[in-house]
Amino acid sequence: MIEVDHLTKYFGPVPAVVDVSFRVEKGEIIGFLGPNGAGKTTTIRMLNGFFPPTSGYARINGLDVFDRSLDVRKRLGYLPENVPLYKEMRTEAYLRFVAEVKGVPARQHQREVDRVIEQCGLQAARKKFLGRLSKGFQQRVGIAQAILNDPDVLILDEPTIGLDPKQIIEIRELIKSFAGYKTVILSSHILPEVSMTCQRVVIINEGRIVAEDTPERLTGKDERRVVLEIKGPEAEVLARLRSVPGVATASAEAQPADHAGRYVVEMEQGKDVRDAIVQSIVSAGWSLLEMHMLRLSLEDVFIRLVTDEQGKG
Amino acid sequence: MRSFYAILKRELYVYFSSPIAYVVVTIFLLLSGYFFYSAFAYFSMISMQAMQMPLASGINVTDMVLDPMFANMSVIMLLMIPLLTMRLFAEEKKTGTLELLLSYPIRETELLFGKFAACLVVFLIMLALTWLYPVLLWLYAKPDIGPVVTGYLGLFLMGAAFIALGLMVSSLTENQIVAAAISFGAILMFWLIGWAEALAGPALGKVLSHLSMLEHFENFSKGVIDTRDIIYYINFNILFLFMTMRSLESKRWRG
Repeated sequence: MIEVDHLTKYFGPVPAVVDVSFRVEKGEIIGFLGPNGAGKTTTIRMLNGFFPPTSGYARINGLDVFDRSLDVRKRLGYLPENVPLYKEMRTEAYLRFVAEVKGVPARQHQREVDRVIEQCGLQAARKKFLGRLSKGFQQRVGIAQAILNDPDVLILDEPTIGLDPKQIIEIRELIKSFAGYKTVILSSHILPEVSMTCQRVVIINEGRIVAEDTPERLTGKDERRVVLEIKGPEAEVLARLRSVPGVATASAEAQPADHAGRYVVEMEQGKDVRDAIVQSIVSAGWSLLEMHMLRLSLEDVFIRLVTDEQGKG
Repeated sequence: MRSFYAILKRELYVYFSSPIAYVVVTIFLLLSGYFFYSAFAYFSMISMQAMQMPLASGINVTDMVLDPMFANMSVIMLLMIPLLTMRLFAEEKKTGTLELLLSYPIRETELLFGKFAACLVVFLIMLALTWLYPVLLWLYAKPDIGPVVTGYLGLFLMGAAFIALGLMVSSLTENQIVAAAISFGAILMFWLIGWAEALAGPALGKVLSHLSMLEHFENFSKGVIDTRDIIYYINFNILFLFMTMRSLESKRWRG
């Protein structure tokens, strides 16, 4: 469990993180989302005790990350941004070193190293120098060292940056598999990744938290707009759409090359009148080619939150 | 303790899996070998001449070969040890591995002494390989064993002091060249600080000459073990290791 309470960090006079509070329950995976330079890494560094907060506090498993740093670090797995590895070491030797430093009993070194190699799919890289591994493998070694000694809490800073789509999916599946028994903070500026892996999202911008909710609710708040593609005379179609009870507004969008027109219909709050719209179009003798709900992507939410924030400032 | 051994092993692995240790040790041995050879050859020439002139006496192998050999070796150490210590923290800071290392449950003392011990081991290997010179000397000239032992004790204490200082400087920067340059400059300053003795007043002059590394080393190479010298080097080590410790810890409280 992670509790962050009014955490603030100034670098000289420059505020990097201001009054950040959130909680991560045991077994929960949260996404820590924000543009580059928003204060994600600063917050994470305070959580792992790399530097202290200017004010506020953070607790991991009930222990203050600053006062009880050593005990906190015993149960913490951390993957820094850009995965700093000892390039001159071989994968297996490196993981063995990590096992030793993390205090894994000597008898269990081999078993523990084998386990993370297996779990992160590193069999092919076992005897290779870390500096010679591809970016994807280096990233996996980074995750392997983080989950070594089976920590309760995992903090992953941009774990899929620079990976190809296939590798991203693999890493995402690996992180998802931790759900339920590890507490995970996944920092990212890549939104689909967060929406696919995390149960909850904390969005941070310019050092402040601007939103905190499930990805569904963050994106689902505006599910009242329907996009339609209808073959028919534009003015009549529009009039017909507006006449359907429960439709607030209807507007035509740019005409595609074929003769069908695209329309966006906004329904009144709390009403779903899609079936009425369909019947009304079909009964008029026009062809309905396509219909779908317009869902906000997390990108839209994000951009809106970030621009709102700037507007206020 | 487990982390200490892990750090020690890893650092030794880095020294010996890369050319660092081999190059530094080889250059050290080449230079010290050359200095030993020239001192020894010069000594044998002088003693030949002395045999033809019975009046000339008082030349001995300790003063003419061993003493300069230890002095020369200490100068080469001054040049080489900053090259061994410069990467210890600076490299890890630059590549970011230090951040990851400090996220593990490791105490700063274990990290510091692991690195210190690893560098000391490389230095001891370097020093041990010079045993050949006194052994060669002993085959031909039978020098006193005492000054050889104290000379090596002096070199060891001095080398450890260099490493402690180099480690501290390396913990302050993330640039290895900067670390090497500052360590070299600082060691040379401590070495020669006694030169200012004549210029400073009597009180300050005494302090300066006591601070000088050279001053404290001279006794060892002459076969004298003075507790003042031993305590000087031990204090030097403790002071710089302590400062490195503070420098490592500072990130935990510095704003």
